[in-house]
Amino acid sequence: MSNHQSIRAGKMSILLERRTIWVGAALAALVAAAMVLSTGMGSQYISPARVLSTIFGQGTPMDEVIILKLRLPRVVIAVLVGASLAVAGAILQGVIRNPLASPDVTGVTEGATFGAVLFIFFFTDTMSIHWMPVAAIAGAFIVSGLLYALAWKNGVSPLRLVLIGIGVSAAVKSVSYMLIIAGPLQLADRSLTFMTGSIYGASWDKDVMTLLPWVAVLLPLTWLQARNVNIQALGDDVARSAGAHVERQRLILLALSVALAGSAVAIGGAIGFIGLMAPHMARKLVGSSFGSVLPVSALLGALLLLAADLIARTAFVPRDVPAGVLTAAIGAPFFMYLLYRNRNRF
Amino acid sequence: MNVIKAVGLIGSTIILACAVIASIALGVTDIPLGTVWDSFIHNNGGTEHLIIRTARVPRALIAASVGASLAVAGAVMQVMTRNPIASPSTLGVNSGAAFFVILASGWLGVSGLQATTWVALIGATVSGGIVFFLGSIGRDGMTPVKITLAGAAMAAFFASLTQGLMLSDGRMFDQVLVWLVGSVAGRELPQLQAVWPYMGAGMAIALLLGRHLNALAMGEDVARGLGQRIAHIKLSSAAAVILLAGASVAVAGPIAFVGIIIPHIVRYLVGTDHRWILPYSAVLGAILLVAADLGSRYIAMPKEVPVGVMTAIIGVPFFVYIARKGRRT
Repeated sequence: MSNHQSIRAGKMSILLERRTIWVGAALAALVAAAMVLSTGMGSQYISPARVLSTIFGQGTPMDEVIILKLRLPRVVIAVLVGASLAVAGAILQGVIRNPLASPDVTGVTEGATFGAVLFIFFFTDTMSIHWMPVAAIAGAFIVSGLLYALAWKNGVSPLRLVLIGIGVSAAVKSVSYMLIIAGPLQLADRSLTFMTGSIYGASWDKDVMTLLPWVAVLLPLTWLQARNVNIQALGDDVARSAGAHVERQRLILLALSVALAGSAVAIGGAIGFIGLMAPHMARKLVGSSFGSVLPVSALLGALLLLAADLIARTAFVPRDVPAGVLTAAIGAPFFMYLLYRNRNRF
Repeated sequence: MNVIKAVGLIGSTIILACAVIASIALGVTDIPLGTVWDSFIHNNGGTEHLIIRTARVPRALIAASVGASLAVAGAVMQVMTRNPIASPSTLGVNSGAAFFVILASGWLGVSGLQATTWVALIGATVSGGIVFFLGSIGRDGMTPVKITLAGAAMAAFFASLTQGLMLSDGRMFDQVLVWLVGSVAGRELPQLQAVWPYMGAGMAIALLLGRHLNALAMGEDVARGLGQRIAHIKLSSAAAVILLAGASVAVAGPIAFVGIIIPHIVRYLVGTDHRWILPYSAVLGAILLVAADLGSRYIAMPKEVPVGVMTAIIGVPFFVYIARKGRRT
């Protein structure tokens, strides 16, 4: 086991391959570079050196406004949302044991979006925006729970889950559309942006501070569950004979996944396909051990959303296209590629 | 048996006629049947006659034509793919057509009914083609799982792109939103006349295919053994589906679930003979959409709910039931 490194803290332990550490470090550097680059790009270009000096407090007042107030929050949100969605997807793919599973397919994104749209329409005047993740997570739990229950018939087959997911998301969507059409126009615009997924106009106190606590708690919690995902991925029988409490662990893991995706959607909207793509890329890079897949997925998810958002806001000037459009434009072909790879399996 | 089925078909047609008349007479302004009759016999140009001629009649006829087209397209697709939940909406044909229409009208400046219809047909062909290709690769050929997943992915893809186009162009937002959910309100008769030839052609192809679809329903090997030319049947079916679904989207937007529900109800009523399934689907599909449209006027009076929302609300429980019932799903 010389090519592994173990991290121990009391009862918790995580086994990391050396390779994971290298890949992780490289990706982290890439994410940092992408953050700096993305902060500099926009209607007014600012060189990476000036971005860095502004971040460390040496910039001109003008740069400070543009970078610290306008662009950096958006970049930070891209990282947080991308990482959360990717980890939520990684958990689902491990637990449901289906390469096509992702928050988009299992009703989580739809539910969270619906919860948030309801919040926008009925509670924005009376409640603080900080409650929006709670509404989104509640929506995610209710809709994915409903979906799971409807798809249950001596267990949940992946196909039935996908099929009923299509139906349930159509229902939820049409109710959202009904609200949008019936409601006032400014809420309609906001809700539709939300349903497509965009991190346009992110701010420190409203968005970053709302999402950060959730991510800061949920991501480490998930990492500590890594070995349980490894065991789940072997199948129920093997996991049970290895002494795992299969049902209980699965419930905890799914709850973590729903909470992560729900809080990410509350801020970023229904950004699709990141939860599908990132874990696949991670497994290609570091193998399928979940202790490695998880951090690498998180970094890849952050990188994907950073890139998507950068292209979305710079390539179509003067139009600011929602990032969700870009992730769908990359993600749907990726999904088809997966389908092609698994063509003899289904 | 055939006599009973024929009587049933005539009976359903009469129900359809009643539904259309109700759709003309009822709404925010209820109009007595006598006035409806008068407006056709000797139109005096008054407000009520105007409402009937310019708003209510086109709306009822569009709902009926679109409902019939979508239901027949769904019935053909369900045989072709041997998949109980196939329909123009689940397999991405509708959303592809819708995306192309919005792209063409918003970004490329295409306008006019004929041009829009052609764009919708192209969109339906492109997305339908991709879904069918992806659904049939692999060792086992076309399996329900693969084609469903491919359809879901394409539908999500085009829906996301469409929303992006709308959001990036504020002017389009209002006009397109209602259309995007599927609506038959506020249309005029020329819009229907522009798509009728395509719907008619698609319907004619589908009805002529009935006997061949029966053979196909028994499986490709059996059909081939019975001397059917599979490739011909599949290509003509695909042409029918694209004409019917594309033309429907061009006039009413992507209305979901009509194409799934109706063929199931029809198979329950008349069995597995497609020579009966297709005409029944047409009539019952028309009844469903006319009725849903009528209902959509009453839910949030005096505002109207787009009929696509109504069909989703009716359709989803049914859809979940079918998905749970499916043998191997």
